Amino acid sequence: MAVLVIADHDNATLKDNTHKVVTAAQAIGGDVDVLVAGSNTAAIAAEAAKIAGVRKVLTAESAELGQGLAEAMADLVVGLAGGYDHILTPATSQGKNFSPRIAAKLDVAQISDVTEVVSADTFTHPIYAGNAMETVQSGDAKKVLTVRPTAFKAAADGGSASVESVAAPAAPAKTKFVDQKIVKSARPELGGAKIVVSGGRAMGSAEEFQKVIEPLADKLGAAVGASRAAVDAGYAPNDYQVGQTGKVVAPELYVAIGISGAIQHLAGMKDSKVIVAINKDADAPIFQVADFGLVADYKAAVPELMSALTAAGK
Amino acid sequence: MKVLVPVKRVIDYNVKARVKADQTGVDLANVKMSMNPFCEIAVEEAVRLKEKGAATEVVAVSVGPTQAQETLRTALAMGADRAILVQTDQDLEPLAVAKVLKAVIAEENPELVLMGKQAIDGDNNAVGQMLSALLDWPQATFASEVAIGGGKATVTREVDGGLQTIDVSLPAVVTADLRLNEPRYASLPNIMKAKKKPLDVKELGSLGVDTAPRLKVVKVTEPAKRQAGIKVETAADLVSNLKTAGVL
Repeated sequence: MAVLVIADHDNATLKDNTHKVVTAAQAIGGDVDVLVAGSNTAAIAAEAAKIAGVRKVLTAESAELGQGLAEAMADLVVGLAGGYDHILTPATSQGKNFSPRIAAKLDVAQISDVTEVVSADTFTHPIYAGNAMETVQSGDAKKVLTVRPTAFKAAADGGSASVESVAAPAAPAKTKFVDQKIVKSARPELGGAKIVVSGGRAMGSAEEFQKVIEPLADKLGAAVGASRAAVDAGYAPNDYQVGQTGKVVAPELYVAIGISGAIQHLAGMKDSKVIVAINKDADAPIFQVADFGLVADYKAAVPELMSALTAAGK
Repeated sequence: MKVLVPVKRVIDYNVKARVKADQTGVDLANVKMSMNPFCEIAVEEAVRLKEKGAATEVVAVSVGPTQAQETLRTALAMGADRAILVQTDQDLEPLAVAKVLKAVIAEENPELVLMGKQAIDGDNNAVGQMLSALLDWPQATFASEVAIGGGKATVTREVDGGLQTIDVSLPAVVTADLRLNEPRYASLPNIMKAKKKPLDVKELGSLGVDTAPRLKVVKVTEPAKRQAGIKVETAADLVSNLKTAGVL
């Protein structure tokens, strides 16, 4: 049995999500290979080769793979699929884009957002915004899964896998990359941050969101998140969104400010280790999941928190 | 240009799903059902394309039980021209839904399929990508902006960390993300008019598509419950508690 893990990277560095999905692959069992597909793979492949327990690293390079075009990714992986029983992709927006295309080309089901490997053919994943956990057994010859990285511990380094290059597929005829605007931020990435500070609709404006949430995040060395309500209202960009339809995070510390705790938001953060909620409504559902709740208007509470952190040497 | 918009009837966005005691699934008896929110966004976008003159006809299609006719009437009230229900009481997996839609597309020949990125029941986020793979059409998922012209769609996509713009030649499958638009509320006159718009019902069996499940549901359980913690009085209390918890 062999498992193919599709690496998460930004054409420069390997992301930790890859290590986490390798852990899921190891729980399935058998040989684990990692595929690094992109426009500049050598350094990333060398990183992937260091993950303990990886048999080999495959690399494929083309402009379209670097742009993450789903058609190119699917063509590549379908071509390699003969050698694998399982194909695992991190459930990032990139992975969610191409993985179902692979499954359909192979005429198999996809199991989305897997959070637990029960056995080589049985997996658990959340449905209904995480209000139910469904365990399914696949009857397909090949299993195509997207894996929720926050549900698995990162595999350690310590391996020395071989690196092999494979041919990239032809450029997709019907899809052309135009451009990409990636926001460069000095803050940690939301998906993998140890601390996340999120703001909700209570902020009232984009200016207030920036004035209140961002300095606190910077003081804590945290990533910035937002509720769907805050994103809908235009207070924060979409890629800040934590929740069922945004990012799922599980940091050491999650600080929710002015967030009521709608079902869909809780789905994205309730696996955080410690949750702090600051909200002036004592009945807000967020307090039902918070380890530490402060019933207060954020306008007063956040400046106080900033000074208390300074006093504590932060 | 004809636009096909697949829509799904799901548990209402504001209702908390409850797991059945026998662990066979989620209890949907007497629960408010609505159109999946991302499908509403897709219908809105299709109707706007028609209003702008970029589309000539908007056809809504649903695969589901008889009651999905209500969901289709909602799409018609929002401005879709006609609707098709592929009727089945089976709960189809995404791959099967994609195959059914492919069969409908073979009859309808749309130039654009515009659909939600994910349904809020299964949360699979798969049908659009699977459909485009089966059709061998290009895909543009998680759209926050769509422009049609010159035989192609220019789509701005929500990606990790920002936005990506791609051109896909038509016909294509585009899936809608949250920020694509804000769906309208259907007006009462439009709701009345929608009752007279054509709604064609086909039996799933008449399409000759293999919809056999690939997955066996072993069980559906409640997620691990998180215990509510304590309330603190001041920000200073909060900081000392966080230090004790070892997260600062």
